[in-house]
Amino acid sequence: MEHDATAELTHGTAVPTEGPIPLLQPAYFDNLIFWAVVALVAIYFILSRMALPRIGSTLATREGTIASDLSAAEALRAQARDAQAAYDKAVAEARAESNRIAQATRDAIKADLDAALAQADAQIEARAAEGARAVAEIQSQAQGSVAEVARDTAREILRVLGGQVDETAVDRAVSARVGG
Amino acid sequence: MEETAHEAVGLTFHPLDQFQLTPLFGTGGADYNPSFFALTNATLWMAISVLAIFLLFVLSTGSRSVIPGRAQSVAELIYSFIRKMVDDVAGHDAGRFFPLILTLFLFILFTNFFGLLPLSFTATSHIAVTALLGFGVFLFVTVLGFVLNGKKFLGLFWMTDAPLFLRPIIAVIELISYFVRPVSHSIRLAGNIMAGHTVIKVFAGFAQVAAISPLAVLGVAAIYGIEILVAGIQAYVFTILTCVYLKDALHPGH
Repeated sequence: MEHDATAELTHGTAVPTEGPIPLLQPAYFDNLIFWAVVALVAIYFILSRMALPRIGSTLATREGTIASDLSAAEALRAQARDAQAAYDKAVAEARAESNRIAQATRDAIKADLDAALAQADAQIEARAAEGARAVAEIQSQAQGSVAEVARDTAREILRVLGGQVDETAVDRAVSARVGG
Repeated sequence: MEETAHEAVGLTFHPLDQFQLTPLFGTGGADYNPSFFALTNATLWMAISVLAIFLLFVLSTGSRSVIPGRAQSVAELIYSFIRKMVDDVAGHDAGRFFPLILTLFLFILFTNFFGLLPLSFTATSHIAVTALLGFGVFLFVTVLGFVLNGKKFLGLFWMTDAPLFLRPIIAVIELISYFVRPVSHSIRLAGNIMAGHTVIKVFAGFAQVAAISPLAVLGVAAIYGIEILVAGIQAYVFTILTCVYLKDALHPGH
């Protein structure tokens, strides 16, 4: 039937093929089946004896390698995390230590400064007291001189006026006035 | 042979000549009747498939590299693909049949693909070859089912969760469908491959007319692309159905 269709398609050219179409040609069956069986058996032995154990072991090895690599990576990551934590801790400690040292230095400087200031204050006070004493001395000397000058002046005035110079009365009067 | 006819008149179509067997040594012809183990073009192209499988699966995997090369990773890809299919479809206890199923898959896949080369021969287009595969799977699975499960294998046809009066009817239908399996299994493969190859040849025949030859060549290219898909898909379908049948033999209960 299919053959007739083919013949029509050829537009009148003689078709030399006879009998059934090649696909259903019984004369081919034994040969095709024989060689197909040979090919299948050959493939089966190639696969089961050589290829599959090999590929299977390769895949298993790879799976193992990947698993161990992954666990190694996990361990390394844990290590890295620990290292990071240790680093952070060290940094924090160093920062605290440096703060402590800075504070101590600051305190020491402040103490020195306070001591120097106190010393300077004491010196200044001493100088001031000394000065005050000198001023007082000079003042009292000056007071004495004023009384003396007043006495001498009073005596001289009395002498010039021609009065009797009573030493003690003059002294008393000057002292009462000047307070020397 | 046909060349004389070609010279005579314009259009000649011989879309089915590609399926003829020809002897490797000597001359054949349409009425060639090869002996049982004569070396034919079918022998040659099946041998090329076997050789290619050997090269891909044995030579490329020789180094057993943990980091595979291109050929090795293709081989491993196919291996894992079919292995997963067997495990998923037929169950984990079907692992011992994995080499058989991979053999079927590779034979069909490589025969289909090499059949797409011009001037080659496609063994899987012949019903004799696909029937060998289909009925081989059928017999294997049926015998295996009875050996593993004994009478319980017949539970495949006796639906215990169906109403009692329906069970005989279902059993008959199941029985018919079971015996149709190898037929559809083998005709599906041969039919697909044969049809595609024939359509390509018909398009190529139209290329003899100058006016429509560009269209015809485009058609050939388009059908060829589809045939590349079909070659892979039919190998996949045949293999996954084999796994389904195998599952019935291993676990007839469900």
